[in-house]
Amino acid sequence: MAAGANTISMGTGRKEFNPRKERPGLEHYISEAGKGALAQITGPQNIDEVYIGNFAAERFNKQGHTGGFAGMIDPVLEFKPSMRVEGACGSGGLAVVSAIRSILAETSEVSLALGFEVQNTVKAIYGADILATAGWAKKRKAGHAYFFPGQFSDRAGVYYEKYGKDYARKGMGRWFRNAIENARLDPTAQEYHNTVPDLETAYGQAPPNGKYFVDHLNFYDCSKVSDGASSIVVASEEGLKKLGINKKDAVEVIGFAQLTRNITNDPPNPVEMTTIAKTAALALKNAGITIEQVGTAEVHDCFSIAGILVVEALGLAAPGKGAEFVANGNTARDGILPINTTGGLIGWGHPTGGTGVHQAVTIWQQLTGKAGAAQINMNAERPYGLSINMGGDDVTVVAIVYKRAE
Amino acid sequence: MNYDERLQHVAVLGAAGKMGSGILLLTAVEMADLSLKPENKGKTFVLNAIDLSDENLAGIMDYLRVQILKMAEKKLIWLRQMYADRADLIDNDEIINQYITDAMRIVRPTTAIEAAYRAKLVFEAVSENRALKVKLLSQIDKNNPNKPWFFTNTSSVPIHLIEEEAELTGRVLGFHFYNPPAIQKLVELIVTPNTLPETQAFALDYAKALKKVVVPSNDFAGFIGNGHFMRDALYGINKALELAAGRPFAEAVYIVNKVTQDYLVRPMGIFQLIDYVGVDVVQFIMNVMNPFLKDEDLHSKLLDQMMELGVKGGQLPSGAQKDGFLKYEKGAVVAVYDPATKSYIETATFATACDAWLGAMPDVWKPWKSAIKIADKDSHFTQWFATLKIFGSNGAALAMAYGKNSDAIGRKLVSDGVAHNEADVNTVMLTGFFHAYGPVNVYFV
Repeated sequence: MAAGANTISMGTGRKEFNPRKERPGLEHYISEAGKGALAQITGPQNIDEVYIGNFAAERFNKQGHTGGFAGMIDPVLEFKPSMRVEGACGSGGLAVVSAIRSILAETSEVSLALGFEVQNTVKAIYGADILATAGWAKKRKAGHAYFFPGQFSDRAGVYYEKYGKDYARKGMGRWFRNAIENARLDPTAQEYHNTVPDLETAYGQAPPNGKYFVDHLNFYDCSKVSDGASSIVVASEEGLKKLGINKKDAVEVIGFAQLTRNITNDPPNPVEMTTIAKTAALALKNAGITIEQVGTAEVHDCFSIAGILVVEALGLAAPGKGAEFVANGNTARDGILPINTTGGLIGWGHPTGGTGVHQAVTIWQQLTGKAGAAQINMNAERPYGLSINMGGDDVTVVAIVYKRAE
Repeated sequence: MNYDERLQHVAVLGAAGKMGSGILLLTAVEMADLSLKPENKGKTFVLNAIDLSDENLAGIMDYLRVQILKMAEKKLIWLRQMYADRADLIDNDEIINQYITDAMRIVRPTTAIEAAYRAKLVFEAVSENRALKVKLLSQIDKNNPNKPWFFTNTSSVPIHLIEEEAELTGRVLGFHFYNPPAIQKLVELIVTPNTLPETQAFALDYAKALKKVVVPSNDFAGFIGNGHFMRDALYGINKALELAAGRPFAEAVYIVNKVTQDYLVRPMGIFQLIDYVGVDVVQFIMNVMNPFLKDEDLHSKLLDQMMELGVKGGQLPSGAQKDGFLKYEKGAVVAVYDPATKSYIETATFATACDAWLGAMPDVWKPWKSAIKIADKDSHFTQWFATLKIFGSNGAALAMAYGKNSDAIGRKLVSDGVAHNEADVNTVMLTGFFHAYGPVNVYFV
């Protein structure tokens, strides 16, 4: 995997974002991310196929059939296989694993995985309806106006009840702080311009209020509403050679897994990310490594409570101990396992269909030393990267394990 | 008749006007919310929007739709609960659209006054003309078997005169919104000695439901808000005329406007405020108030002259400011009207000289926009005006005299028995005029 590219994650937080002014459409983001990858390879005609991850352009942008945009990125991609893949906020991850599978099946030597979403076309309350389609439609009526914040607020509520609210929010506040501090190091991040001096204090001063939002989460607990795209090239060894990419500039996928839970069921345990636990365990097993060997991870923190629960699902902390693990700085950029080093969904942004690809790009950047100011020092005893992308409430999960190719 | 029953059938007179449309909006939304309560399901709520112009009524229906949408978006969480039994309404946009439909179907636009003959509550927001108000209210009352209550939005006519002349004993009160009613938090409540206690209690409940700040005012022409503003404006006009003896008129207006905005730290200068309200409206209200005042003449020949010249200020239907004493470009003042030459003179041609005459601004100055955000405003303004007091510039001297007069107007409203106390005067100016400090204070002693 190589030649990753991100657009800016555009939305509130960015200085140049003005909701009242006309903004670029999805064409701009697809094109910029796609061209960004193509610019890093020689012979873009060697790309055999394209996977485009997108969740809901039909409703955000009145645009279906988004696989049709590959040829717009570059004429050399026209009349080549291209398809859109969809698994809600896990669409980007699905685009990446689709590309991986095709390489493994030897139906392609070079695949381009691209993910995007342009969400700022509607106000957040209408966006909530669109995002709610990631859940089971039959449960929408009983759900909260802000459907997914409502789902994760319920999870947080149970976590508070079980382990203590102040205890939990301490960990969640630290999660928020890490996200923003990391985002400040990546110029493409949505919170790059954030200058709030004491993030955890600001977090604590905004107690959740169910009258205006949801009962157990505030706005800082939530990922961003974003316009953005990311892309990355997935290639076999032969493919890499064709593209003129040096192995030291690439990462190797050494294991992955993709599991899906029955969407019509409620999560089996509100304080457990069951599908994530199973998928991550399988991916690590396939890679033949343990979580202790992972040196950096990108995880799906659509809400800070999800971040805490993923930490527990990965086995980094026992059930109920995730908040403490995070509060103690273990997931910060200088901690035992730096997580979401460019800000994650809360700090970098969450262009839903693009997030899974963005995670792969960040891991690729970190493992190949291309992360710029956001670069972390990789611990030699923990050379592996891990990404966890989720669609819906722990329904569709993609886990990928990476290491530097050389 | 309880609160909900009273609000089951309401009429707004002058519904397409500047004030009437806001009252219509707030009442429509309050009625729609009541109609959603389980105990009111199945009951019909009717709000007659009565105005002279079919065209304006059509425009007002568009305005309502846009505003109700915005309000629905803000209370979506509550609306989802209210429509929980509607299995067909699933997404937020479906619920919001249903609420808009439900609110709009309450509103019945019409040019026929007869529509008010069945109302239980009548809001009056027609033009500030006592005879017209009396005629309409009396006509409705004579033809309406419900003994309706009348809430008048008059900003200047004494309520007891309307009560007497329209023969509405006890069933009328002054419910004076500030412009624009949908945004301004202040309502002046004026009762007569006869006003029924239950009418007054309802008015307070209604104001509370609309999240308004109620300031009781005694029933004296102009009440508190205009009682202060009109005198303050007249002082500013006369001060400008005084300065104009020694310099061009446009410069004098510029100076007084700048002193009132910058030195007195107000959201806009006094001439801009006159333009905002409308030269015609200010002249009209002064004319309504003046006959009731003893020992003072609330009248300006300059306003009469401006009206004769057709320079009226006020706002376009879009809300944009029309030119009056001042000329505006994108909201900023760019020129001042000169009645002698009947033309606007660009401020750029004289601002520097006037600013130099006013003198440098002391360092402690903060513009209104940042001053209103200061936590301890009192110590800031104590320091600011103490600085001005000894500063010795022309600007400082003008400001101190102006502030002193404004303070005196406030105190006189209390001693004349218009306001119950100084705090009420300050609340009106802070809430209704967005002043950063109350006019009655100790800064100008």
